[in-house]
Amino acid sequence: MKNNWPLWEVFVRSKNGLEHRHFGSIHAADEEMALENARDVYTRRNEGVSIWVVESKHITASNPENNGELFEPAQDKVYRHPTFYTLPDEVKHM
Amino acid sequence: MSEKEIKNNETEKSLSLEEIFEQRIARDEKIEPKDWMPEKYRKTHIRQISQHAHSEIIGMLPEGNWITRAPSLRRKVALLAKVQDEAGHGLYLYSACETLGISREELYEQLHTGKAKYSSIFNYPTITWADMGAIGWLVDGAAIINQVPLCSTSYGPYARAMIRVCKEESFHQRQGYEIMITLANGTPEQKEMAQDALNRWWWPSLMMLGPTDAESVHTAQSMKWKLKRKTNDELRQQFIDQTVPQAELIGLTIPDPDLKWNEEKKGYDFGAIDWDEFWQVVKGHGPCNKERMAARVNAWEKGKWVRDAAMAYAKKQEDKKLKKAI
Amino acid sequence: MKNENKIQYIYGIADNALILGQRLSELCGHGPNLETDIAMTNMALDLLGQTRSYYQYVAQLSGDGKTEDDIAFLRIERQYKNVLLVEQPNKHFGYVITRQFFYDVFHLLLLEELQNSNDETVAAIAKKGIKEVSYHQRFSSDWMKRLGDGTEESHQKVQEAVDDLWRYTDELFHMTDDDKIAVENGIGVNVATLREKYEQRIKEVFEEATLTIPETKWFQKGGKQGIHSEHMGYLLSDLQYMQRTYPNMKW
Repeated sequence: MKNNWPLWEVFVRSKNGLEHRHFGSIHAADEEMALENARDVYTRRNEGVSIWVVESKHITASNPENNGELFEPAQDKVYRHPTFYTLPDEVKHM
Repeated sequence: MSEKEIKNNETEKSLSLEEIFEQRIARDEKIEPKDWMPEKYRKTHIRQISQHAHSEIIGMLPEGNWITRAPSLRRKVALLAKVQDEAGHGLYLYSACETLGISREELYEQLHTGKAKYSSIFNYPTITWADMGAIGWLVDGAAIINQVPLCSTSYGPYARAMIRVCKEESFHQRQGYEIMITLANGTPEQKEMAQDALNRWWWPSLMMLGPTDAESVHTAQSMKWKLKRKTNDELRQQFIDQTVPQAELIGLTIPDPDLKWNEEKKGYDFGAIDWDEFWQVVKGHGPCNKERMAARVNAWEKGKWVRDAAMAYAKKQEDKKLKKAI
Repeated sequence: MKNENKIQYIYGIADNALILGQRLSELCGHGPNLETDIAMTNMALDLLGQTRSYYQYVAQLSGDGKTEDDIAFLRIERQYKNVLLVEQPNKHFGYVITRQFFYDVFHLLLLEELQNSNDETVAAIAKKGIKEVSYHQRFSSDWMKRLGDGTEESHQKVQEAVDDLWRYTDELFHMTDDDKIAVENGIGVNVATLREKYEQRIKEVFEEATLTIPETKWFQKGGKQGIHSEHMGYLLSDLQYMQRTYPNMKW
């Protein structure tokens, strides 16, 4: 069981101008193979112009248990959004 | 914090983790891999997603049979692309399953030892070219009915995998139906081939939608977790109602003498399904259970030295890089 | 140049793609891993796509109402002009990769020249094929290295495949009469001139893969004249089964 190909995450840019988006995962023994496998699996229908692969174990993820302290403090900072500020009706766009 | 918010927080505290979890699902919130989930939710999902993945890769075999014998180059590439898609779908689903903390190799192990199930329909043999048509039209047709609701299931990775699968699968059923149309409009021999395939695949396709509601063990729980949106019997009715006119359109006859339109329920009544046959096949006594399993085990075992070689090579390259860095 | 010569010349290229594509499609569903399975199927699809382009052109050239399928499925064995290498069976993954590698390196060199053909259709097919085949060569070269410099077992297995298949590589560089006519007319490629680059490329990969080219001076040939190995008949039985059993039907 020890010798299994590790898991990689695949990010694909579907066309220039767009960001790379997480497409899914694949297994591969090395970086080269990871790129090739990602190409063969996730761009069969012309879905991409650029691929990133990263071995899944290298991704550091936040823990949902900490979601309260991480994300909720941003909820009441309404002054960061344009709708917080009132404008006279005459000013149509700003 | 407003008074109301404080109140909400307090009531949330008095709820158990499991209750909060169920509420989230009821609110149509998605569950993601690192979220807390009841053990039963995790296990049920591993079972269903892996069963689904296994069905995709076992499903490659009966159709794979005909790639080398496809009657035209156009049909050959289309079939090849379709069977390849099934490998892709298996892969997406195994990946979704892996987010629940089980490896693809462990899942294979479950399949190879017979612990995990897969869709029984793939234990029937593909004996003529028309079977490629019938499988695409009926088996993929039934699969799509099963799968579309799963695009909005509660577990995020499964839902995302299903969206991709459904998007890609839309050509599969058309491909199958097109094969059937061509045969049905062809020579008498071809038409007979098409009818024969329909005769053999019709009942297994109906069974594919699962045991009747009365006998289905998982339905209630699965409904709650949005692993299922409709019951097996509802899905079966939907499948029959949509397929019968398609058969009529190309002049083929559904092999069920009791099939008849019921104006009151706005659907077809149909004959009794032979559930004994279904359970026999599930238990491993279908015509090809042994062959299907042997083919998968064989591919996996014969591939071991290849997979090992790739890992050994990767390690050597890594070591070389390290040495250079020093 | 007579159409018949041109057609024969194209068979000499297209039949390789068909037969290798057929061999690869046998593997669909049986690969060592899902990812590898999908990758090999992509190569099969590329090759079969190229085959169709060539055959459709031949059908147009022959002007006798023949279709791509008549050409693919209804010739007798002696009329297929593929080299012996591509019809060799999928004995194990080492054979599959070695066969692919030996053919890919040649195929890419061939197409790089063929894109300059003064037959516009042939040149266009070649040009499109180059991108596909570059990837095939990359894929098979990488795998040659993994197997060659992987484990002891994989090294021994892939070296066994190399030892068995090397004797089919010489034929790649043989010039048939149709080749000569095609070259004279600026349509075809003088494959004899590709040998040096071919061996260079093989050597580079073999060095990294720790593999050795066998010493043998004995080589097999015949495919280009339609004299095939015993494997070919079985391959054609599968390939032609439907068209032979149910003649003159639309599918």
